[in-house]
Amino acid sequence: MSPRARQSLVSWLVVGPFAIILAFPFYWMLMTSLKTNGDLYDINHNPFVFNAALAAPNEDQPLRGQGWLPLGAENITTHNYSFLFTEPGIHYMDWIKNTLVVGGIVVLITLALSIPAGYALARLSGGWGQSAGVGIFLVYLVPPTLLFLPLSRVVAELGFQDRLVSLILVYPSFTVPFSTWLLMGFFKTIPPELEDAALVDGASRLKALARVVFPLSLPGILTVVIFSFSLCVNEFIYAVTFISTSDARTISTGVPLELIRGDVYFWQSLMAATLIPSIPLALLYNVFLDRFIAGFTGGAFR
Amino acid sequence: MEAVSEARSKGGWRDTFEQRRFLAPLLISPAVLYIVLLVGAPLGLAVYLSLTDATAGSLSGDFVGFHNYTEVWHSENFRKAFRNTIFFTLVSQAIVLIGAAILAHHLIRPFRGRWFLRFLVVLPWAAPVALGTIGWLWIFEATLSVSNWTLVHLQTGVFDHLGLQVVDPIDPPQWLGRPNLAMASLIMVHAWRILPFATVIFIAGLASIPPEVDDAAKVDGATGIKKLWYVTLPLQLPIALVALLFGIVFTATDITVVYILTNGGPFNQTQMLPMWAFQVGIRASSLGEGAAISLYLLPILVVVSVTMLWFARRAEVT
Repeated sequence: MSPRARQSLVSWLVVGPFAIILAFPFYWMLMTSLKTNGDLYDINHNPFVFNAALAAPNEDQPLRGQGWLPLGAENITTHNYSFLFTEPGIHYMDWIKNTLVVGGIVVLITLALSIPAGYALARLSGGWGQSAGVGIFLVYLVPPTLLFLPLSRVVAELGFQDRLVSLILVYPSFTVPFSTWLLMGFFKTIPPELEDAALVDGASRLKALARVVFPLSLPGILTVVIFSFSLCVNEFIYAVTFISTSDARTISTGVPLELIRGDVYFWQSLMAATLIPSIPLALLYNVFLDRFIAGFTGGAFR
Repeated sequence: MEAVSEARSKGGWRDTFEQRRFLAPLLISPAVLYIVLLVGAPLGLAVYLSLTDATAGSLSGDFVGFHNYTEVWHSENFRKAFRNTIFFTLVSQAIVLIGAAILAHHLIRPFRGRWFLRFLVVLPWAAPVALGTIGWLWIFEATLSVSNWTLVHLQTGVFDHLGLQVVDPIDPPQWLGRPNLAMASLIMVHAWRILPFATVIFIAGLASIPPEVDDAAKVDGATGIKKLWYVTLPLQLPIALVALLFGIVFTATDITVVYILTNGGPFNQTQMLPMWAFQVGIRASSLGEGAAISLYLLPILVVVSVTMLWFARRAEVT
C-alpha cells in the first residue's frame, strides 16, 4: 500500500464515523418519510427497512410489486409528501412561499446596505475604519435572545403582528452586520490598483465601483446572498414571537409548531417537511462554502 | 499620482463628494443607522423594560429599579436555568473543539472522496436548525424510533450474552423524559449542530498558515508533536478563539434546540436562560421580568467577547 493510499484510508477511518453521525438524522428523515402507517407503528418491525404492511387506501405505493428492490423499497409510499401539499388546513406551501418572500426581500435590503458599507470599510476609511469593522462584527454577536422581548412590543405597537413585514424589517439587523463583515473581506482581496487605474482614466469613485469592483466581487456577493438567505430560513425566535397565525408562518416555525399538535405526531409527513427545504439549502451551502471561508477569514486576519 | 489629483481637481461639488472623508461616512451610514435602530434601540428598550413592571400589552410600566433582577435571581427556576446554560455551553463546546480539531486535521489534506465526506459533515450546519432538531426529536422517540430499537436489540442480541445490562428491554430509556438524559440529549444535539461550523473555521485557520512556515519548520527539524505545539497551534490560535467565541455565543443564547426538544422540561429541569426568558416574558406576559432574565446573559457575553478578542489580538501580534 502506497503512503498516499494509507493516508487516504486513515482519513476515511477517522472522518467516516463522524460523517455517519452528523448525516444520520437526514438519512433517517428520508427513511421515515417514505413509510406507511402500518409499517411505522408496528413495534416488531425492523426500522432500518421498509416492511410490508396493510396500506391505507390513500397511501400510494408506486413501487408495489418491484420485489427485487433492496431494503423492501417496494413498500414505500409517497403519500406523506403529497399530504403536505394537498391536505386542507396544512399550509406547507404557504410557509415555503413566506420563507422565499421574506428571504428574498431581506437579501435585497441587505445587499443595498452592506455592499457600500463593506466597500467603504475595506478601502476608504482610515484608522477608525478598522475599529468600525470590528464594531460591526461584534454587533453580529448580539443575540436575538436579548432583543426579541422589546421588539415584540414594538412590532405590536406598529400593528405588524402576524404580518411578514415584521420579519422583513427585523431580519436585516443580523444579516447586515454579517454581510458587511464578509463583503469587507472580499473587497480587501481585490487589488486597489485596479480601481486606481479606472480613477486615472477619469472614472468617478462610484463608477469605478460599479464597473471594476462589482464584477470582480460578484462571486463574493453571491456568497453573501446564499448565506444571508440561509440565516433568514434558520431564524426561529423572532418568527415564533411575531407570528401566530398558521398561514403567515415561515418554514422554520410552521413545521415544528403546526405539524406537531399536542401529542399527535405525523412523523412521516413531519420528516418529509424537514427534508424538502434542507436538501437544496445544503447543496447551495456546500457550493459556496469555500468562498465563505475566504471572506470570513479575509475580513478578520489580514 | 499627479494624474489622479488633476482629475480630481476639476469640477465643484462632485469633487468634494469624491473625497474619502465624505464618501466613506456616506456609504457606511445607512448600514450603521439600520443597526442602531434595530439592535441598539431595542437593547436600550430591553434595559428600560427590565427596570419596570411592564406586562404584555403596554410599552411602559412603573419604574421598579432593580426589583426584577433581584426577584428573578431568587427564583429556583432561574437558578436552575443559569446553571444549566453554563453547563450546557461548556460541555457542548468542549466536545465541539475536540471534534473540530480532529476533523479539520484530516479534511485539510486532499484525499479521494474528501468532497463527499465534507458534504456529509457540513449538513447539520447547512440545514435549518429547527428542522434538523425535529429529526432528533423523532430519533429520540422512545417506543417507535431507531435509538431504542437498536439499543434493545443490542441488549437482547449481544449484551445479554455478555452478562451486561445496558438497557431494560421492557422499559427503554425515555431520552427526553428524564432530566439527566434530556440534558445529555440537548448537549449532543447542540454539539452536532455547531461541530460543522467549528470544523469549517478550523480548516480556514489551517489553510491560512503559509507553506513557507512548513518549510522553515522542516529545516529547523520540528516534526510531529513538536511542530504541532510550537508551530501549528500558535498560528491557529487566533482563529480557533474566534470559532470558540461564536460557539459560546450561539450556544448560550440558543433557544431553538431546547424549545423543540424539551421546552425546558421535564419540570423545568432542562430550562435555559433564553427559554426561561421566553416563558416568563411571552407566555406569562411579564415583559419586565423576562427582559431582566435575558439581560443576565449580557455581561457573560461581553466578558467572553472582550477576553477572546484580546487573546486573539495578542496571539496575532506575537
